[in-house]
Formats: sequence, C-alpha cells, structure tokens
Amino acid sequence: MSAPDVRSLYDEIQAVRTRYPEGTRSAVLPALRLAQERYGWLSREAIEEVAEALELTPAYCYSVASFYDMFHLEPVGRHTIEVCTNVCCALVNAQAVLSAFVRELGIQPGETTPDGEVTLRAVECLGGCSTPTIVAVDHRYRQSVAPEDVPAIVEELRNG
Amino acid sequence: MAETPTLVLAGAEEAPLRSLAAYREAGGYLQLERARAMTPQAVTQELIDSNLRGRGGAFFPTGRKASFIPSPDKVARPIYVAVNADESEPGTFKDREIMLRVPHRLIEGCLIAAHAVQSKRVYIYIRGEYLAEYESVQAALDEAREAGILGDVEIVIHRGAGAYICGEETALLESLEGKRGQPRSKPPFPAISGVYSSPTLINNVETITTMPKVLELGGEEYAKLGAPPDSTGTRIFCLSGNVARPGAYELPHGVTVRHLIEEIGGGVPGGRTLKAVMMGGSSFPVMTPEDLDTPLDATSLGRKGYFIGSGVVTVIDDRACMVQFALRAGQFYMHESCGKCTPCRVGTRWLVQLLRAIERGEASERDLELVLDVCDRMIGKCLCVLGDSDAMIVASCVTKFRDEFRAHVEHGGCPFGHDSQLDGLYAPVDQHAHAPAAEAEALV
Repeated sequence: MSAPDVRSLYDEIQAVRTRYPEGTRSAVLPALRLAQERYGWLSREAIEEVAEALELTPAYCYSVASFYDMFHLEPVGRHTIEVCTNVCCALVNAQAVLSAFVRELGIQPGETTPDGEVTLRAVECLGGCSTPTIVAVDHRYRQSVAPEDVPAIVEELRNG
Repeated sequence: MAETPTLVLAGAEEAPLRSLAAYREAGGYLQLERARAMTPQAVTQELIDSNLRGRGGAFFPTGRKASFIPSPDKVARPIYVAVNADESEPGTFKDREIMLRVPHRLIEGCLIAAHAVQSKRVYIYIRGEYLAEYESVQAALDEAREAGILGDVEIVIHRGAGAYICGEETALLESLEGKRGQPRSKPPFPAISGVYSSPTLINNVETITTMPKVLELGGEEYAKLGAPPDSTGTRIFCLSGNVARPGAYELPHGVTVRHLIEEIGGGVPGGRTLKAVMMGGSSFPVMTPEDLDTPLDATSLGRKGYFIGSGVVTVIDDRACMVQFALRAGQFYMHESCGKCTPCRVGTRWLVQLLRAIERGEASERDLELVLDVCDRMIGKCLCVLGDSDAMIVASCVTKFRDEFRAHVEHGGCPFGHDSQLDGLYAPVDQHAHAPAAEAEALV
C-alpha cells in the first residue's frame, strides 16, 4: 500500500493523534489500523502496544477492535479475498463465485489456507452493486467477477 | 423534466474530474468563493430555499438542519461538520461514485457547509472498505490544502473499520470518538450535542456535494427542479440486480421506477419478467410490479408505503424465491446489529431462524404469523432504525408474497428448488462459529 514506514508504531500513532483534539480517543481506530497493517492481525501484544501509545487500557482497545469487521483478532493469510454475498451480488450469482473460491482454495469461507497464504471471507455489501460480483482482493475491488475468473485470481496471489 | 442538467456529477459524465485544474476549469470552487462573500445565514437561507433534503435516507431538510446549529458566540465549544461517507446500505454505490469522480466537489461542499455553520473543523467519515475512494478524496484534499483553498478550515478524513451501523449518525459520532459504533439515544440531537459533546452538522456525501450546485443555481431555482415542493433537484439512483444496464444514474426526482428500469436500464434481461424491486435500499418495503409507474419522489412513493431511501432500485426477476431474498436481507441485519438494544439484537436473530426454517420447509403456517409478530415487536421499539429496517423488509416480503411463503410450508421445502438465482445463498453470519442461528452447511 504505502511505502514502508521506518518509524516505530509508537511514533506513527503519535502523528495520527495530532489530527484530533487533545484528550479524545479518536485515534483508536486509525491506531488499530496502523498496527494491523504492520503485523497483519491484532494479536494481544499488538493491542497492548496500541494501548500504551494511546495511554488507554488494552481492554478498552480490545473492546473497540472486536466491534469492527475489518479488525482481525486471529491470524489471517498474507492475502485476503473478500467476496460480496449481499443481495445485489447474490441476484447475479455471487454464490457461484464464492463456491469457485472454496473449490480453488480448498477452504471454507472464514478460513485460511494451510500455507498461511490466503484468507477467504464472505462479506456484506461492498457498494459495487452495478458491477457484480464484487471481490476485494487485498482490499482492491475487482468488478464483475465470474466463476471462470477465479482460478486466475488465485494463481496471481499464489505467485505474488 | 428531460432538460434537468446533471448537477452532482456534472463534468464527470465521460471521465472522472479528479484534478484541481480540471475541476477549476469546470467552474470548481467558484461557489465557495461566492459563499465566503456571503454571510453564513445567507448561505443557510439558500439551502432552506432549495429544499434540499438528506440523501442518506432520512430525507431531512438540509437547510433546517444547518439552522439548528447555534452560532459560535452562543456556545463555549467548537462547532463541527461531519460528513457521512460510511455508505453501506445494500444496493447503494452513489457516494462511492461521487468520491471517485468528483472528489473536489465534495471538498467544496464541505467548505461551504463549514462556512454556513461557522465551523473550522470537518470530519469525513469514510467506510473502511473504501480504499480507492479514500485515496481519491485524500488526494483532492491534499491538492486543495496545497492551493490554500481550505483557508482556516481543517478537514480530516477518518476511516471506519467495517460496521454498517456507523452509517447511523450517532453511531458514526461514537465511532469518530474512538468507541464501539453503537447509536446514542436521542435527544440530544447532534446539532446540539454531536461529536465531543459539541454542536455538529452531519450530512451525507451526496447532500454535501449538492451544495455548490444549490449556490450556483440559487436556492429558489434549484427548488424548481425535480418534483417540487418536497423532492427537489436530482438524485443519483443506484440501479442494480437483474437489469440489462445497471449503474449510477443522476436524474431529476420524479422519473418513474419503470422509466429508470426499462428505458434507462434496458429492462430485465434474458426474457424474464420483473417480480419485485428492492426500493430505497434493503431497509424498506419491497415494491411489487403494479407500482412500477410510481414517480421516484418521496411523496409519491410515501403514498404507496415506499421510501426513496438512498436512491436504490434493485431489480429482482421472476426466478427469485422471495423467502430466500427475505432471509438474505435478514442475515445482513443480524450480522450488523450492534447488540445495544434487545428488540434488535434478539429480533434480528429470531427472524433469521424463522426464515431459515420456512425456507427448509420445517415451519408451519403459524410460523408465518410469528414472523409478522416478531416484526411488530421490533418496529418503533429499537434504539435506532436498524431493527425497524429488518422488520420492514421482512414483513413486506411475507405480506406481499404470502402465497410463496405458504407454498414452502405446504411443500415441505423450497418450491423453486435450484431454479431461483438466489439458491445456495451464503452470508457472513454463516462463517461465525458463535452464531447459533446460522446452522450453515459447508459449501461444495
């Protein structure tokens, strides 16, 4: 995504804090995001690091992290594939796209391949309803994905 | 009506209008200049005169909302503007189009709104999944800041992290404050006590982005467009589902649902016929074919029990099993319920359990009444509208497609078999081990 930051997570979080009024907790979400981008997921240690940088308790930061769908409290793969399964995509057969990923990767939605490479997730509406099925590959939207496109996407990630 | 110009997406019909230079060439930031030469009250008055109403779904008069914000000399706290870019209503993709195609118009709208309520600080809350959209708005913001356009106003982009409920305005404010995104009880309303207990004007992206055009045309002229007096101006309709040409179409309020689907969208493909329309979003009653000639304005839709919502028109063709459709909609609300109030937390789960039993043919006729009874115990009894939304769409499916629901009971299973395009549907609730209501089967 962005160029690798040579600063420590602590310094990055302090920079983010300046965007918000002093004495507020508004930096929690961006700080958790920074930690997740750095470590891939939010381990107990990562949450403790965020808490310390923000002068909050780990319990508070965990309670916030656990509310949001995009924060991973368990390890995930190096890549994520997220398939929209909400009604607009479902009406034009998102089920078949999701099933194609299940077959190609050999895992169920919510699981990670045994080599730790790819996590497959079914997600709610991604807001790309005019070009179904929407598949977010490492958070970049692929539009109008059909089941026959699936092997190439998986191949691309395995080689990438 | 055919002569109504493109407003919100003006200049970006062919290609995105991303750079500051291109936006300026199209007249960009001129209205901000004009606004700053006017008194804040005069800007608010233009918004009142235009009768612009909230495009996020609630359709609240924008000018009136701005007029509720106290003037800075009357309050000890700073005044904030919050832009709701947490677009997550199923079927909605208009704010995304705005952020990708006319990001500078959004920034210009933010600055006009800030001037109207005398605010020096604007937060744009963008849903976490929108990465390209965030990059587009951030790039425009950086360019505008570099060019000195912001003046003494600071705009901060705050990214969400995956929670539909944060589109509810008070949940958004909680999330912006670094908390779990759970709605507050109202009153107080955000205009009095919003973010950091300060007066906060909160508007949807499309609403904010319309503001420069309201000033350009003048409030009174804007109010003549569309379907006055209540549904003035244009709307970016989000057409999707079983339709030949899905897309985001900016049209004046008042075109009919049929015109949008058949003339603009090319109708239902594959020789199929239309069975239902998800009208306004998945949070509202579904529309049946006899109402297709209803104009897309709040008053005409309201007369027939529909809502314009966030401008969603999702076409469902005759292959669809409406029990499956109701179930999939219900699963969404179950997944997104924040858990704060009981009718929603429990009701959304019950509905999924019941609908799943109906779909599998394991329900009785009495269970259909039970679904409606659960809906009845949710509507008007939840802390925010999420629970009501679930109840509204599910109840409308049971009521309007009663024969289909009954057929599942009599048949001992889904009478559509594998013919429904929704067959084999899967939902995120199915992948959570802690969701006992899900009882999902493994995919093959």
